[in-house]
Amino acid sequence: MKYFIFVLLVLSAGVNAQTIKIGELNSYKVFAAFLEPYKKGMELALEEINAAGGVEGRKLELVVRDDGGTPGDAVRVAEELIVRERVHVLMGTFASNVGLAVANLANQRKILFLASEPLTDKIVWENGNRYTFRLRPSTYMQTAMLIPEAAKLNKRRWAIVYPNYEYGQSATASFKNLLAKAQPGVEFVAEQAPALGKIEAGAVVQALAEAKPDAIFSSLFAADLQKFVREGNTRGLFRNTVVLNLLAGEPEYLDPLKDETPQGWWVTGYPWSEIDTPEHKRFRDAYQKRWKDYPRQGSVVGYTAVYSVANAVRKAKSADTEKLVEALKGLQMQTPFGPIVWRALDHQSTMGAYVGQLSQKNGKGTMINWRYVDGASVQPSEREIRALRKE
Amino acid sequence: MSEAAVLLQFLNGLAGASSLFLVAAGLSLIFGVSRIVNFAHGSLYMLGMYLAVWLSARVGFWLSVPLAAAAVGAFGLLAEILLLRRIYRAPELLQLLATFALVLVIKDFALWAWGPEDLLGPRAPGLTGAVDIAGRRFPAYDLFLIALGPMVFVALHFLLSKTRWGILVRAATEDREMTGALGVNQRWLFTGVFMLGAALAGLGGALAIPREPANLELDLAVVSDAFVVVVVGGLGSIPGAFLAALLIAEIKAFCIGLGYSKLTLVAEFIVMAVVLVLRPWGLLGRRPAEARGTPNAALDFASAKIFLPLLVVLALIPVFSGGYALVLLTDVLVFALFAVSLHFLLGAGGMVSFGHAAYFGLGAYGAALLVLRAGLPMELALILGPLAAAAGAALFGWFCVRLSGIYLAMLTLAFAQIVWSIAFQWDGMTGGSNGLVGLWPASWLGSRGAYYGATLMLCALGIAALWRIVASPFGHALRSTRDSPLRAEAIGINVRAQQWTAFIVAGSFAGLAGSLYAFSKGSISPETLSVPRSVDALVMVLLGGVQSLAGPVWGAALFTWLEDSVSREVAYWRAAIGAVILLLVLAFPQGIAGLFKRLR
Repeated sequence: MKYFIFVLLVLSAGVNAQTIKIGELNSYKVFAAFLEPYKKGMELALEEINAAGGVEGRKLELVVRDDGGTPGDAVRVAEELIVRERVHVLMGTFASNVGLAVANLANQRKILFLASEPLTDKIVWENGNRYTFRLRPSTYMQTAMLIPEAAKLNKRRWAIVYPNYEYGQSATASFKNLLAKAQPGVEFVAEQAPALGKIEAGAVVQALAEAKPDAIFSSLFAADLQKFVREGNTRGLFRNTVVLNLLAGEPEYLDPLKDETPQGWWVTGYPWSEIDTPEHKRFRDAYQKRWKDYPRQGSVVGYTAVYSVANAVRKAKSADTEKLVEALKGLQMQTPFGPIVWRALDHQSTMGAYVGQLSQKNGKGTMINWRYVDGASVQPSEREIRALRKE
Repeated sequence: MSEAAVLLQFLNGLAGASSLFLVAAGLSLIFGVSRIVNFAHGSLYMLGMYLAVWLSARVGFWLSVPLAAAAVGAFGLLAEILLLRRIYRAPELLQLLATFALVLVIKDFALWAWGPEDLLGPRAPGLTGAVDIAGRRFPAYDLFLIALGPMVFVALHFLLSKTRWGILVRAATEDREMTGALGVNQRWLFTGVFMLGAALAGLGGALAIPREPANLELDLAVVSDAFVVVVVGGLGSIPGAFLAALLIAEIKAFCIGLGYSKLTLVAEFIVMAVVLVLRPWGLLGRRPAEARGTPNAALDFASAKIFLPLLVVLALIPVFSGGYALVLLTDVLVFALFAVSLHFLLGAGGMVSFGHAAYFGLGAYGAALLVLRAGLPMELALILGPLAAAAGAALFGWFCVRLSGIYLAMLTLAFAQIVWSIAFQWDGMTGGSNGLVGLWPASWLGSRGAYYGATLMLCALGIAALWRIVASPFGHALRSTRDSPLRAEAIGINVRAQQWTAFIVAGSFAGLAGSLYAFSKGSISPETLSVPRSVDALVMVLLGGVQSLAGPVWGAALFTWLEDSVSREVAYWRAAIGAVILLLVLAFPQGIAGLFKRLR
């Protein structure tokens, strides 16, 4: 009997030593508004998974690091996670340039990298590699989600405003390209590209109004969006002009607008209080119980990212990198937004987003007339993707 | 543009100019009198915004504005008495390091106190709507701002020209030593000016809340804008600051109005470069009086000797460790070379560069483009990449050495920002904001140990070469141009040629550091050219000690190690680093190398 207990002790010690380590790096201080809820989402998922016994009999462990918000520091932090912490999987990153740098490192060091948040199309297309997978719907996908609404409006003269860096540039390029196909004869009459975080909102609103557009496509977010909305409201820009704005329905960017929230804008976002599917209700209740706070878009991303790793390990029955890569290809799983598939073709998940219109309720911004758009329905053809991935 | 559109954009520019002027005026006053490069000025502005948003929910917007300004002024008072006053006698620029630490602390304080979400303040009661002008709607609050800017200007002008305190401030701005010699108590003059400057920054921030949300990114954005305005206008000149704010805000408004909005990314820096090249002391600035009797202390060469045994230890590390130590040390070595190259300009040449990242980044991009676009082998690209930095330094240095002091520093910053914006926008060549990926070393250098070895060798050679040059006849001549340009000129030294050569040398070695950095990371982005990268180098040099050759190496090691370990262990790691720097600044104003010297 004594011998038996000894064996058990040794075995359990062995099991404990073999936790599956997720090395999570993110710009927690630079993009705190998105990433604090993200972290809470991750921790919730981790607690749920471990309470249910972990995966393949092993506990999950998160090793969380701040990447300083720059690609160079992020690469050093990722190296530390790989070499010193010996993590099985890298996860995280927010800004596109940081995401691309870490993806590039993952390819070099041959370790799985689950890019949870960066939106750049390039991370799975032009610069896609064997070891990198991306969770969120990309800039292209979110832009494509708005195209049907844009075409339905049947407006002729469009103006565009975007933050002057890769995200805004590629959103604008995709929008022009896709709308011109969906609605031949459409005109783009003005383009404004203020520097990220530094919009001179008064002058930009004025310049857009001078072009007399019928509709506006914007990919502004955060402080730029708030300044644009307030100036536009004051100067009456939105009175006769419909606006489409990527991301503006995400609580992170919508909530600060409060009673300034413009009515009727078409946006992509996350109407957390109104989604009553069983899978979302379960997530929302658990989140609110755990954190005494409502979930943001970041919460869903962090939560789903951890579950993605867990499910990949389950399918691979191992935490070996090459097996995990193969397991993630085509992995089907449940998320708070419904079922998703990790596409084998380009390592992009089919997680979608909610498209709807902005409105106000009790001095707060909400989304109305919303519907969920599956990420699988807003993809270019397989041939185009293969060409971009140079396969 | 129609006439009405021109009018409206002109008004937009005026409103922008007023807010720019408020924050720049305080900075100009502070710099003019105390010669402190107040890096935290943007943070004071940000603090004013957060306080005003917080207060306006309690006492209403209009009362919150003076309260926030007063609170920020009081904070400035405390910061001056408790911190800056203790280090006026320290080597030049150390105050810059102290204010940089304040930036870090204030940022994390705001995050802790007000949370991560942007806070959109209330509209100003009574001025919430818009006024019809030429058939267009123009915010009433902007009209108020347009009126307020000139009012503050007139008030400041009255204060400075008609009151006794103002006369003393102007005297100190013109010639600080002489003012002191005439028996004016400088301590309280400095304190008063710093408090007034801080209050103006707080006022600017509080008045901005109806136009933009309080957020954590404002501090550095605002301080760089404010510096540009101050320098373009001429240091210490309030009318100059007003004129420059007007010029820059109008140029931006019309860039947007005419459809060249992408230019706003660098418009102010282009303006600054043009103005400084044509008018070396800004639009309305005057040549500052030469500082008397404070030649820089001799460089401490002895401190460099310790590096020979250290080099042996460093060379042996791969034998014992194949892991993260190598990754971290590679970063340390690269930044050490980068910091030493800046110190070559700053310590030996007496030329402060706020834009040293330009050469680091040019070296990195040079190497990357040679590999990716020209198909050169990595080894060759590593060696040839720095030539891009040398070329950049030759071009920019030619203009910069025609200036001196803070004007020179700001011109280096302007050039760095222009290079940054080119890398940021030229998608086809530089990969735009995402940068370039896939830059790994050749396979024989592929392991962490091998690349560490190569980095150690090249960095050690680079640092040794720079130190050797400082000790050479060229180095002596360079130091003479630093200590007394007039006498150097008189004994036949071509001061500008000497300084220009120093620029090229420093740029080339910074470029080598950049090339090494690119291949150690496998990718580069415009961040390698950015202001924070330049600031990091400056912090390393100052932390280590300007007056010692070895200082920058210690500074680079300490700062890199701090960032790495503190960010892993502490949630509010920026504040923690700021606190460590503050302690070091107060305890060891001569830098770490100075501490070593004292211990011996």
